[in-house]
Amino acid sequence: MAEIDTNQSGDTRRDFLKKSTLITALSLTPLTVLKAADNKVDEQFAELFEKIPLNLKVNNKPFSLKVEPRVTLLDLLREQLRLTGTKKGCDHGQCGACTVHVDGVRVNSCLSLAVMNEGKSITTIEGLANGDVLHPMQAAFIKHDGFQCGYCTPGQIMSAVACIREGHANSKEEIREYMSGNICRCGAYPNIIDAIQEVKEKGAAI
Amino acid sequence: MGNLFFKDENDRVDGVDKVTGKAKYFAEYQLPGLTYGVLVTSTITKGKITAIDSKAASGAPGVLGVLSHLNKPSVAGYEAEGGAKLKIFYTDQVLFNGQPIALVVADTFERATFAASLVKVTYEKGAFNTDFEKSIKDASVKKLQGAAPYVRGVENAYKTAEVQVEQTYVMPVETHNPMELHGIIADWRPNDQVTVYAKTQGVKATQNTIAGAFKIPAESVQVNSEFVGGGFGMALRTWPLEIATVMASKHLKKPVKLVITRDQMFTMVGNRPAAHQKIGLGATKDGKITGITHTAFGQSSTYENFTEGVVNMSKFMYSSENVNTNYYIVPLDMSVPIWMRGPGEATGAFALESAIDEMAHALDMDPLDFRIKNDPEKDPAQNRPFSSKYIKEAYKLGSAKIGWDKRKNKPRSIVEGSWNVGYGVSIGVFNAGRGRASVKGILKADGTLVLQSATSDIGPGTGTGMGLIASKLMNIPTDKITFELGDSSLPPAPSQGGSATLSTVGSAVNDVCVALKATIAELAANSNMDATSNFVDVLKKNNLPMIEKTIQSSQNNPDAKNYSMYSFSIHFVQVKVHQLTGVVKVSKIVSVGDSGKIVSPKTARSQMVGGAVGGIGMALTEEAILDNRYGRYVNNNFADYHVPVHADVPEVDVIFIDKPDPIVNPMGAKGMGEIAIIGFAGAVANAVFNATGKRIRSLPITPDKVLMG
Repeated sequence: MAEIDTNQSGDTRRDFLKKSTLITALSLTPLTVLKAADNKVDEQFAELFEKIPLNLKVNNKPFSLKVEPRVTLLDLLREQLRLTGTKKGCDHGQCGACTVHVDGVRVNSCLSLAVMNEGKSITTIEGLANGDVLHPMQAAFIKHDGFQCGYCTPGQIMSAVACIREGHANSKEEIREYMSGNICRCGAYPNIIDAIQEVKEKGAAI
Repeated sequence: MGNLFFKDENDRVDGVDKVTGKAKYFAEYQLPGLTYGVLVTSTITKGKITAIDSKAASGAPGVLGVLSHLNKPSVAGYEAEGGAKLKIFYTDQVLFNGQPIALVVADTFERATFAASLVKVTYEKGAFNTDFEKSIKDASVKKLQGAAPYVRGVENAYKTAEVQVEQTYVMPVETHNPMELHGIIADWRPNDQVTVYAKTQGVKATQNTIAGAFKIPAESVQVNSEFVGGGFGMALRTWPLEIATVMASKHLKKPVKLVITRDQMFTMVGNRPAAHQKIGLGATKDGKITGITHTAFGQSSTYENFTEGVVNMSKFMYSSENVNTNYYIVPLDMSVPIWMRGPGEATGAFALESAIDEMAHALDMDPLDFRIKNDPEKDPAQNRPFSSKYIKEAYKLGSAKIGWDKRKNKPRSIVEGSWNVGYGVSIGVFNAGRGRASVKGILKADGTLVLQSATSDIGPGTGTGMGLIASKLMNIPTDKITFELGDSSLPPAPSQGGSATLSTVGSAVNDVCVALKATIAELAANSNMDATSNFVDVLKKNNLPMIEKTIQSSQNNPDAKNYSMYSFSIHFVQVKVHQLTGVVKVSKIVSVGDSGKIVSPKTARSQMVGGAVGGIGMALTEEAILDNRYGRYVNNNFADYHVPVHADVPEVDVIFIDKPDPIVNPMGAKGMGEIAIIGFAGAVANAVFNATGKRIRSLPITPDKVLMG
């Protein structure tokens, strides 16, 4: 228990969890648990309670995970599932670099806690191509040079695909409006618009 | 490869990696046992740290350590005199708000973030000054000479001219804010070998900075930086936070990853300094410039001086017998600035090109005619010819494309509904530099060519351009050429900055290709083959799997000293200004580049487009606003610091003169990353005047200024 009491900053929700867990356990097997606390096993014990089961599909692959509720979908993808194609640009939903599709809808994955996506199907940039065959939007971005450094590109492409699917790509003006949540600091905007317009006009199934 | 997609030789070599998410940026490397760092930053602007209570943080779940000046591991280079001026964790002094003062390392990002929130810091506050505009006028504020004063002919000659313009132009702090957040992964091994995955414009510079700080041999530091998510200048130096991460890795004996937050991008990795400029212009009634005086003040920091070429172009852009310039810096309690795209010149061009437009208006001349009339044949500052300069042709092509003939000299002449329409023009210029680089070429019997150099690609398409240079020289298709970069163990090259990479590294690629061809010719002759034989046949005949050459290219053409070498750009814009709201929309853009031979047409065009987009931000939206009561930025995020978005940007027409420069390098190509933005904001300001009759001399040109102007 000494381990817990060293925290001077006041009890957190986590401490409460740890204490209540230990108190419950104490009534059962006091010695074992006290020893566990001494060896910091209580940390691992508390961790079990802190992590929440999460079942979701990413790029059609099912995952059964246990994640802390504070983990964002973006950090889950990048740091735990190692799908680093989805980018962190601001962590505040202001730049669009982290755009993914959740059940087909474009979402800023930095603003979505991972656990909010129970049972949902996520598509990231890694899941867009059909094997080696690029998605038409990916090919159009290359053709029109819709990027320079490439960092905003996955988000732009995911957003662009959704923009057409939503029916918001009927003119350059409309595309510009509906793509304005995706910032490109290199300034590839006109090329991106050309790419989207071409994909839309060619009418391929996307 | 089963791909339905047809690749053009001008497409980016790394295009597929970038559109599929395969391209790996620094934070995306997975190292065994990787740990996560989160910075704690100062909440005061100046003073002393009296205590750091890290007990709670240290005891928080998953925390491996809390580093600060109280428990700093020794950094040999910091112990010595001199060295880095902001020695992170080596001082209890706070020099600016948001200064990194502790680094919390934990086993996950979330745990490190939470633990960092538990660190309690106590300060002794000191008096501070962050008010740039007030400091210009305040005699008690120390202002430093930023560059030697320049005088040609008579000082302040404009004051006796027939027609005079004397105005002050101001602009705020701008931030680079590339989309990729800054940071580093550092992995210090027990044998004192360190590997870093960095976001840098110069892998060799990062290698040398880390080696210098820790006093270890440069070869002990391996820097990897294959993909860089934009830089615009902010990754031209290795920032203290990077050294702190290396320190942490050494101390904890684990690889540590630090990715800073977007708000930290405003205070830890430099900015374009605020500027206050006075321009005096004198001309005869028939439009000959007789005097130019340019005085500039730039924001700097108290702990390190930062200077840039704000007044450079005023010395040589226009024919004037009399020119004098003066440049001062104003040290404030803020973090040190760093060059941002079109450094200095973009700032100076806004002032000079606005004043030129004001003078044209005072003379009732077309601003294009006024510029042409005062365009010098030779560089008046150096009194020598330009290596190449096609400004007049550029004016002609650009004005035809934008429809300059529709422009009326009288402001407010064109109205479309509730919008006033105006046209503006401005010129940009930047030194066409060329440094020294080494490239290794490996020509293989399988028909491929591998080129290697420790240069970078922050977005312009370095590998694409180099591949095209080699492809033409070697007659090898680009898909058989690989250009390897972003690795400090490759042959050395300078940092990617100052629009010099294509010129510098391209020259070395040229030289190595020439050397490889000579070797092939020699081998062909020795084996009784035709001199025009394909290299694959020659290598096979000689039983050679490959040949290698490493060449360091010379810094310059020996003739270069007789010429002034510059790249030029002319920006034409049409704006629409809403009569009731004062909103300015850039509705048409024509940017003309006079940057020699275009080596890589697709990526070159994209760079010009990108410069125009950056120029829209500079002209209309970008402003880092400091609350001088607290020394903190109030808009340190993308919702409040407005960079241009899709809806702000019209189609951009790019025209290249595309004529080789005979002096600068074997390709005849001059740099163009900087000229893409330099001058653009001036063109917008001039167009706003033409549309409204209101001269806005303070960037950005926001609706309030237009309405109140």
